[in-house]
Amino acid sequence: MSPWLVGFCFFIGYPLVYSAYLSLHSYDLLSPPRWVGLANYRYLFQDDPEVGTAVRNTLWLIAIAVPLQVLFAFGIAVMVTRAKRGGGLFRTIFYLPALAPPVAAALGFVYLLNPATGPVNTVLGKLGIEGPLWFNDPGWSKPSLTLLGMWGVGTIFVIFLAAVLDVPKHLHESAELDGAGALRRLRYVTLPTISPVILFAVVLGVIQALQYFTQAYVAASIAAGQASQAGTVSTLEQGYPEGSTLFYPILLYYHGFRFFNMGYASAMAMLLLAVAFAVTLIIVRNSRRWVHYSGAVR
Amino acid sequence: MSDAVVTAPFERRKVPAEVRRRRFLVSVAEHSILIALALAFLAPVVFMTLTALMTSKQALSPELWPKTFEWGNFVEVFHKSPLLTWTLNTTIYAGLATLGVVVSSIPVAYALSRLRWKGRDAVFMVVLVALMLPPQVAVVPLYVMWAKIGLVGTLWPLIIPVWFGDAFAIFLLRQFFLTIPEEYLDAARVDGCGEFRILTTVVVRLAKPAIAAVALFSVLYCFNDFFLPLLYVGENQDNWVISIGLSQFRSLHQVQWNLVMAATILVMLPVLVLFFLAQRAFVEGVTLTGVKG
Repeated sequence: MSPWLVGFCFFIGYPLVYSAYLSLHSYDLLSPPRWVGLANYRYLFQDDPEVGTAVRNTLWLIAIAVPLQVLFAFGIAVMVTRAKRGGGLFRTIFYLPALAPPVAAALGFVYLLNPATGPVNTVLGKLGIEGPLWFNDPGWSKPSLTLLGMWGVGTIFVIFLAAVLDVPKHLHESAELDGAGALRRLRYVTLPTISPVILFAVVLGVIQALQYFTQAYVAASIAAGQASQAGTVSTLEQGYPEGSTLFYPILLYYHGFRFFNMGYASAMAMLLLAVAFAVTLIIVRNSRRWVHYSGAVR
Repeated sequence: MSDAVVTAPFERRKVPAEVRRRRFLVSVAEHSILIALALAFLAPVVFMTLTALMTSKQALSPELWPKTFEWGNFVEVFHKSPLLTWTLNTTIYAGLATLGVVVSSIPVAYALSRLRWKGRDAVFMVVLVALMLPPQVAVVPLYVMWAKIGLVGTLWPLIIPVWFGDAFAIFLLRQFFLTIPEEYLDAARVDGCGEFRILTTVVVRLAKPAIAAVALFSVLYCFNDFFLPLLYVGENQDNWVISIGLSQFRSLHQVQWNLVMAATILVMLPVLVLFFLAQRAFVEGVTLTGVKG
C-alpha cells in the first residue's frame, strides 16, 4: 500500500513545492528557469491591469452567484419536501441538469440566450419585453452565467433535500404545539438544524467559484463567435465581452498555457492557494457562531 | 392536568374555515411555483431538441417550432465531425482513469480507515487538502513535468495521476469503510487472513455499493472534464475528447446551430442513460459524501 501513498503524496506535494519555487523564477519551458526574486509577485499585486478585473469578477461570483444558488437550492428543496404530490418527479427534474456536461450546458445556454434568434428573447419578445443581449453584454454576461449555474444547482438541492427530510419530526411537532406557524418553524427549527449542511453548501460553492473555468471559457469563446481552433492565441475571446467573464483561473490559464509565462502563472497559483485556504478557514471558523451541531459531535 | 395533555391529540380542535382556506391557497401557490420552475428547468432541453430538428436555415431564424423534423441531423453530426473518434478517446480516458481510481483508492482508503500507523492523520490531512485544492494551483508544475517527459498531447497525463489515488474517491471509500464492523475484520484475522486478503475478499465485497458510486462518479468526471484535457490534448486534434471537440464544434460548423444542438443533445444523452441505469449508486454516493449524520 505504501507505493500508492507515496505516489499520492507526490502528486499533491511536489506541485505545491515546485510551484512555490517557480513563482520566484521566470520560465517559459524552453530555457532553464531564471531567478527573478519577487518580481512576479510585484507584477501580480501592482502592475498587471487584468488581475484587478479577474479578482473583481471572481469576487462577484462569491458574493452574488454563490449565495443566490444556495438560497435557490434551499428554497426549492423546502418546497419539494412540502409538496403533497409529485415529489419524486420534481426531485428528478431539478436534479438532472446538474449532470449535464458543463461544455454542453454552456453551449446550450449561449444558444438559448442568443440575443437575436435565441428562444428566450423570442419568447420575451412575444410577451412584449425586449430581452437583453445576455452573453454579449458586459453587464449581463455574469448574470447569464449565474442563470446557467442555477439550472445546474441539483447537487446542492439533493443534499438540502436529504437534510430537510432528516429534521426530527418531534421538533416540528413541539414547535407546532407551541403555536409556531410554517414560516416560524422554518426559521427556528429547520434552519438551525440543517445549518451544518448550509455551511457545507457555502464552502463547496466558494471553492467551486474559485476554480470556475469551463462554463465561462466556453461561453465567452462561443459568444465571441471566434472561429478559432484550440491553441491559437486570441485575445478577443479572453473574458468576452470586455473582460466581464475574465475570472481568475481563466487569466491563470492564459498566462500559463497560452503565453507560457510559467513563473508568473505559478505566482498566480500561489495566491489562489492562499486565498482558497484563507476563505475556507474563515468560513469554518466563523461558522461556530451560527452553525448548530446536534449532540457533542465535533 | 396531565390527563388533558394526554388526550389533547384525540379531541383535536376543528381548524377554522379561514385557516383551512389559507392553507389551501398556500399549497396551491407552492405547487404552482414548483410546476413553473420544473417547466423552466425542462425548457432549455426542449428548445435545444427542437432546434436540433430544424433545417440549418430555420435554426438561424427566431422560429421555435421545426417546420419539418430533420431527424437526419443526428446522423449528419457523425459525418460532419469526428464525434466517433472523440467518443473513443473519451472512452479510453474514462475507462483507464476509472480503473485506476478504483484500484488505487481502495487500498489507500483502507489504510486510512482500518490500519493504524504513524503519519496516518497527516496523510488524511493531505487528502482533505487535495479535496479542496483548485486544480489550477497544482497544474503548472505537473504540466512542466509532462512536457519534459514528452507526454503533452497524449491522454496519459490525464490517466496516470489517478492511478495513484484520487482524493474524492479515497474520502468517499474511507467514509464507507469506517462503517464496516471491526468484528468482521477480526474474524478474518483470526482465520489467518493477511491485511491484503482481508481487503480483497471481505472489505471489497462489503463495499460494493460504495465502489460502484466511486466508479460512476469517476466516469462522469472524465466525461465532463474540460480544463485538464484542454491543457494536455487541446493542441492535438487526434486525441480530442468529447468535451474539447464539442467546445470547438461551432467553430468547425460556424452557423449550423441545428447541428451544434444535435451534437449537444447527443453528448447529454449518455449521462442521462447512466443516471437512469444507476440511480442507486448516485444516491449512495451523495449520501456518503454529502455530510452524513
